[in-house]
Amino acid sequence: MPVKLTVTGAAAVAHAMRQINPDVVAAYPITPQTPVVEYYASFVSDGIVDTVMVPVESEHSAMSAVVGSAAAGARTMTATAANGLALMTEIVYIAASYRLPIIMPIVNRALSGPINIHCDHSDAMLVRDSGWIQLFTENHQEAYDFTIIATKLAEKENVLLPAMVNLDGFITSHGVESFEMLDDEVVKEFVGTWNPKYSLLDTKNPVTFGPLDLFDYYFEHHRQQEEAMNHAYKELPKVFEEFAKISGRKYDFLDLYKTDDADYIMVVMNSTASTAKYVVDQLREEGKKVGLVKPQVFTPFPKKEFQQVLNGRKGVVVLDRAMSFGKEAPLYSLIKSSLYEVASKPSLGSYIYGLGGRDTTPEMIREAFEDAIKGNLITDEQRYLGLRE
Amino acid sequence: MVPNIRDIVGYVETNDWAFTQGHRLCPGCNAPMVANWATLAAKSLGYEPVVGAATGCLEVSSTIYPFTSWNVPYIHNAFENVAATISGAEAAYRSLLNRKKIDNDKIKFIAFAGDGGTYDIGLQALSGAIERGHDFVYILYDNEGYMNTGNQRSGSTPPGADSTTEPVGKALSGKLQLKKSIVDIIAGHEGVYAATAVTSEPWDFMRKMQAALEFEGPAFISILAPCVRFWRIPDDSGPEVTKLAVETKYWPLWEYNMGVYKVTKKPKTFKPVKEYITKLGRYNKLMKRPDANEILEEMQNYVDAKWDRLLALEEISKDKPIRRKI
Ligand SMILES: Cc1ncc(C[n+]2csc(CCOP(=O)(O)OP(=O)(O)O)c2C)c(N)n1
Ligand code: SF4
Repeated sequence: MPVKLTVTGAAAVAHAMRQINPDVVAAYPITPQTPVVEYYASFVSDGIVDTVMVPVESEHSAMSAVVGSAAAGARTMTATAANGLALMTEIVYIAASYRLPIIMPIVNRALSGPINIHCDHSDAMLVRDSGWIQLFTENHQEAYDFTIIATKLAEKENVLLPAMVNLDGFITSHGVESFEMLDDEVVKEFVGTWNPKYSLLDTKNPVTFGPLDLFDYYFEHHRQQEEAMNHAYKELPKVFEEFAKISGRKYDFLDLYKTDDADYIMVVMNSTASTAKYVVDQLREEGKKVGLVKPQVFTPFPKKEFQQVLNGRKGVVVLDRAMSFGKEAPLYSLIKSSLYEVASKPSLGSYIYGLGGRDTTPEMIREAFEDAIKGNLITDEQRYLGLRE
Repeated sequence: MVPNIRDIVGYVETNDWAFTQGHRLCPGCNAPMVANWATLAAKSLGYEPVVGAATGCLEVSSTIYPFTSWNVPYIHNAFENVAATISGAEAAYRSLLNRKKIDNDKIKFIAFAGDGGTYDIGLQALSGAIERGHDFVYILYDNEGYMNTGNQRSGSTPPGADSTTEPVGKALSGKLQLKKSIVDIIAGHEGVYAATAVTSEPWDFMRKMQAALEFEGPAFISILAPCVRFWRIPDDSGPEVTKLAVETKYWPLWEYNMGVYKVTKKPKTFKPVKEYITKLGRYNKLMKRPDANEILEEMQNYVDAKWDRLLALEEISKDKPIRRKI
C-alpha cells in the first residue's frame, strides 16, 4: 500500500533513489542539493541500500565518475545544482554523447555570479543543449515520481540518454509537504534491472568508449543523438501510461490547468505553477477565462503539444526563471518559434521572474495575466515581475 | 609470480597484444612502449586489464573512430579526469561484484595520462581518487610537455627547455621554474604505491607494474618517456636518452610504499647532467645563450640535492611504514 510521507522534497527524491537502489552514486555537495545526497548517504551508512557511494572531490569528478561507472554497466546516479552543474558541464555533454542513461536530480539554483544560493532555472538552461532529457517538477510528488519515470525512460534501448529531474531549490527541496510513496517492491519492479548491451567490464567483448571522432563520423553521431531524443519523445507517453498503472497518477508533456475554454494562458515551469494555479482560480471566480500550462518535459521540447494548446488563444504569457542575455528568454523563445506554424497565433508576452530566489507573489502573476487580458502584450518586449527598476 | 617473459613473448608472437598495431603515434615515440609493457605485464600475471586514458597523444593516436588499437576494454572521457573516470568504473566493479551481477575477479584498472593531464589539469582528480583509495594503477608517461597540442610547457617541463608557450628567446631562457616533483606529491598521499621508471629499463618497469597491480589500493608509476619530435632527438634514441637521464641523476629510479622509500637503482658513478641536457635538441637554443652555464649549474645542484635527499629518505624510512591501511 502506498504511504503518505510528510517530508522535504530532498527526502522525497532520496526515497525514490532508495527504492531504485542504483549500483553507484557519486556526488559532491552544493546547496540546495546537499540534503538529497546526505539522505542517500545515511541510507547507505545504515545498510538500507547497498549502493557504492563515491564521495568525490568535485562535481567535475562526480560527472566523470558516473560516466566511468555507467560505461562499466552500472545503474548510476548523481545530483547537483548551479555552479556544480556548471563545473560538470564539459562532461555533461560527454555523458550524453556516450549514450549513458545516468539519472541526475538538479535542485535548481541561480548560477553565479554574483553568488546566490536560491532558486532559479539558469543552471538547467545552461545545459539545455547538452543532449540530456530534462524533466521539470512542481512539488514533492512530482519530484519523486519523475525520478522513477526518468530511470525507466533513460534505459529504454532506443533512447539510452541521461536524464535530469529538476526541482526548485529550497522551495521544493527544503519545503515540507506530503507526498504519496509507492511500495518499494512496486518501484523495484517498475524500473526492473539494467542490463546494458556494452560494458567496460565485459573483457570477453572489449569495446572502446570515447574514441576520437573526427569530421568523418562526428556529424553522424550527433544525428543519432537527435534520433534518440525523437525516440524519447515517442516513449514518454508510454512510460507515463505505465507509471499511471502503478500509481494512479497520469502525467503528460504538459500539465494543463483550466485551459479548455481559456482565452489567456500562462506558461510557467516548476513550483511557481502552484502559485499560478491559485491565481487562475481567483481570476476564474472573477469570470476571466484564464488557464495555465506547466511543461513537465522541457527536452525533448513538446512543440506539437504547445501548438495544439496555444493555437487560437487570445493571449499567452510565458514566464522564464532564467535570462538569456541579449536574446529572448529560453522558454519564451522556444514557445514563440513553435507558434510560427499555427493557424491563429496568440499575442505573446515574455516575463522574467524569480531570479536568484526573488519571491514570486500572486500579485505578480496577476499582473502578467492582466496585461494579457487588457491586450497589452508586446511580442518584442521583455518584462520583469517583482523587479525594482 | 613475476611477469613471465615467456608469456609476454607468446602474446607478441600470437599478436595478442592489449595495445595492438595500427596506432598513429609518431615513429620512435616512447608512449606506445609504456602502453604495451603495462598491459602485457598485467596480462602475463593473469589479470584482465580495463584501460582508461586522458586526452593526449596516446589517446588521440590510438582510437581514431572507427578504428581502435585497444584489444581490451578502453575508455577515454576528457583531458583532466581519467582518475575520476576510472574511480567510477572501479566503484561500479565493486558494486556489481558485490551484487553478484558479474563474477570476474581478474579485472585490473589501468589509467594512462601524459604529464599535462597529471601534473596540471588532472592533479585534483588524481589526488581525489588516490585519497579515496580506489584500486587502480595510474601510469604517467612523462614527456615533459603538452605534445598533443604542440609542445607547450607543462608543470613537468624542466628549466631552459624550449617550448611554444615559453620559448627560449632573446629576453628569456625558456621556462624559468624547475619541474614539480610529482612522485613526491603522490607519495604525500601516504596510502599509496608510487614509483619512477624509464623506457631504458623495461624490466624495472614491469617489476614496479607488478607491485602496483598487487598493491590493494591506488598505485602510481611515472615513466620518463621521450617525445622524439619535440625533444628533438633521433627516432631510435628514446631509451638511449632515458638511460642517460638515470646515469646523470636527472631521473632517479625509486619507489615509495606506504611511507617506505627505496632507491631501486644506484649507479656507482654519475655523469654530469650536462651530458644528458646537451643530447636533447630542445636545449640547443639555451646552449647558445650566455646564461646557459648558470642554468646547467642550477640543474646540477638540484639533481645532486635530490639524490642525497632520496638516499636519506630511504635510510630513515627503512622498515618504518607510516601507514598500515589506505
Ligand atoms: C579542458 C581542456 N583543456 C585543454 C585541452 C587541450 N589539450 C588536449 S591534450 C592537451 C595536452 C596533453 O598533454 P599531455 O597530457 O602532456 O599529453 P601528451 O600529449 O604530451 O602525450 C591539451 C592542452 C583539452 N582537451 N581539454
Ligand atoms: S608528438 Fe611526441 S609524444 Fe606525441 S606521438 Fe609524436 S613522438 Fe609521441
